Amino acid sequence: MDDATIRFTVDGIEIEAVAGQTVIEACDAAGIYIPRLCHHPDLAPAGQCRVCTCTINGRNGAACVTPAMQGMVVENETKPLNDDRRAIIEMLFVEGNHPCVYCVASGDCELQALGYRLGLDAPKQPYLWPGRPLDTTHPDIILDHDRCILCSRCIRASRMEDGKTVFGFEGRGIAMRLNVDAQGGLGETQMAAIDRAASVCPVACIVIKRDSYKVPNGKRRFDVSPIGSDIEAKRMPRT
Amino acid sequence: MTDIELSRGPRKIVIDPVTRVEGHGKVTIRLNEAGEVEQARFHVVEFRGFERFIQGRMYWEVPVIVQRLCGICPVSHHLGAAKAMDVIAGVDQVTPTAEKMRRLMHYGQVLQSNAVNFFHLASPDLLLGFDAPVEQRNIIGVMNAFPEVGKWAIFIRKFGQQVIAATGGRRIHPRLCVPGGVNQNLSIENRDMLRKDVDQIVQWCRDALELHKSFVHSHEALHENFASFPSSYMSLVGADGGMDLYDGTLRAIDADNTPIFEGVQPADYADYIVEEVRSWSYMKFPHIRSLGREHGWYRVGPLAQLNCCAFIGTPIANAARTEFMAQGRGGLVHSTLSYHWARLICMIHCAEKIRELLFDDDLQGTDLVLTGTRRPEGVAIIEAPRGTLIHHYTVDDNDQVSGANLIVSTTNNNEAMNRSVKQVAVEYLTGHEITEGLLNHIEVAIRAYDPCLSCATHAIGQMPLVVTLEDADGAVIATRVKQ
Ligand code: SF4
Ligand code: SF4
Ligand code: FES
Repeated sequence: MDDATIRFTVDGIEIEAVAGQTVIEACDAAGIYIPRLCHHPDLAPAGQCRVCTCTINGRNGAACVTPAMQGMVVENETKPLNDDRRAIIEMLFVEGNHPCVYCVASGDCELQALGYRLGLDAPKQPYLWPGRPLDTTHPDIILDHDRCILCSRCIRASRMEDGKTVFGFEGRGIAMRLNVDAQGGLGETQMAAIDRAASVCPVACIVIKRDSYKVPNGKRRFDVSPIGSDIEAKRMPRT
Repeated sequence: MTDIELSRGPRKIVIDPVTRVEGHGKVTIRLNEAGEVEQARFHVVEFRGFERFIQGRMYWEVPVIVQRLCGICPVSHHLGAAKAMDVIAGVDQVTPTAEKMRRLMHYGQVLQSNAVNFFHLASPDLLLGFDAPVEQRNIIGVMNAFPEVGKWAIFIRKFGQQVIAATGGRRIHPRLCVPGGVNQNLSIENRDMLRKDVDQIVQWCRDALELHKSFVHSHEALHENFASFPSSYMSLVGADGGMDLYDGTLRAIDADNTPIFEGVQPADYADYIVEEVRSWSYMKFPHIRSLGREHGWYRVGPLAQLNCCAFIGTPIANAARTEFMAQGRGGLVHSTLSYHWARLICMIHCAEKIRELLFDDDLQGTDLVLTGTRRPEGVAIIEAPRGTLIHHYTVDDNDQVSGANLIVSTTNNNEAMNRSVKQVAVEYLTGHEITEGLLNHIEVAIRAYDPCLSCATHAIGQMPLVVTLEDADGAVIATRVKQ
């Protein structure tokens, strides 16, 4: 163990991190799953959704943007935190239009999978049923605004991975929307189906055309194992 | 619970809720000046919205979306829409593995849905009698009197559901089809699990048919005459004229078994069938164009499937059909209660087809999806458990559905159900009272067609049956509600 090793506890479990890691990165490496939506391991953190909020040294903070520090005490798997996370997930459901029953992402959707993991049965908040357009102007990609949860993954991927500026947010608060950098919709942007921005969306907002329902029921990503279990599997005792 | 309202003296009767029918119905019986039954209408008063709802959605989503319009035969809609989307995707013939997977799922669905209608819904009337007390006239009552029926009801249905789950991942609302094919083959594990039980299922379907025949033979006059009339029929038939529930061309015959049309490709259905809208029902009234609205109505479903085909390509069902057709003394079988006998033969056919497919190695093939050149329009027709089901879509350049027309089986039977109800009213209405007996008989007549009202009108939810009696001026004489 060298001086660069940072040690801290998460729910009483001592874990190690290297300098520069965020709390969520250190936990991922140590096999502790912190629920998250906007965080993507290949993208710069954004602290957008607050689902990863943990109690860190007695104060709540987003684990995806908090650097790991020596001796910090992190609470992750607590009822109040999970209640807050469930409330955030619920708001995302009711603020969009999410017909999971026929959605192309069902079983492969991080929002839905988190709903299941956090025990969101039926939203208590009223559905807002926003009228949002479906952008089908691109020959290979659909932008289904009904499903967008404003996580900014596509914005970050387009800018930093693809070197483009296809996506951005407009408006504020409840009126905030994803938009593209062309008047005529996605079809008039520089977006290509092979772009990183086309594969990072956690829900069914950005979808490749004609590629849906190819994975059967029971074999989709979160049918096979619940969200987070790949991370938690790293902590499983070896047999 | 029953409630009777008598208002303004003896003039109009309404019966509203037909139980053991999916959705809800309302029957109005209109009397003439002389107090005789002049007209009976089976209204469907639910809201129809699915054709609009799917406009704007991507075409490959449709097979998954439309199955949500029905909790009873979702698989039929999944398959019907998928076949239409094959056309849109430019694929005229899917791979053998894809077609056989779809057929396997379809036979599982028709088997289980027909089992529900026959055992759970109809057998209480047929085996216990139309007038048996309502507390007994249910599947529990049947199981007490005929324990083997309970076993058949549970296990034949369950087997059909297992077939659906083995092909589409779950028992209801499965996902198997994508435009141009399917997303999986049949696992060896599922194949072997189904093979283990399939002989028993075939046998139980045969046993159920034998029991039903004993009912028919002990009530011949009732069976022959109840709610019955000669009619035209329509169904898909295969290229060889044999029964084909999944694919083929449309054949329609008149009451004398003279073809009205045959060999009609699905894409041409609108040249032969017209849909009429009437103000008092959300359900459309299709009729055969060449015969006009007065004479062009027809029946679909198991009775039509047997009447329209030349033979059945599985041996046990074919032998059963030969015996069944003998009822027609050289002609067609027209009796409405024969729907149930025909339904049992369809079940045998499905069980036999499932057995045949379970020993076909094509089901383990890996060539699942084909692609082609996109087309703007697609029509497909299958024989759902309740009969001919037509799915018709147009798609714009951006792959969004721009138009949809669904003619579901229950809609095809709309006029016939009205006629059956009228016949029952003429026979069983005495005076101006809606008796329990009249209610029961109306229900039995409607149930022979196994109508699926929420599906026919694309509504969600379930409601009961109401029967109303009206006088010649349309004033209500009586209403009776059955929950
Ligand atoms: S994006 Fe996810 S949560 Fe939204 S409808 Fe699809 S599966 Fe459901
Ligand atoms: S489109 Fe997808 S990736 Fe982009 S902000 Fe919306 S949900 Fe996030
Ligand atoms: S995952 Fe940390 S704020 Fe979204």
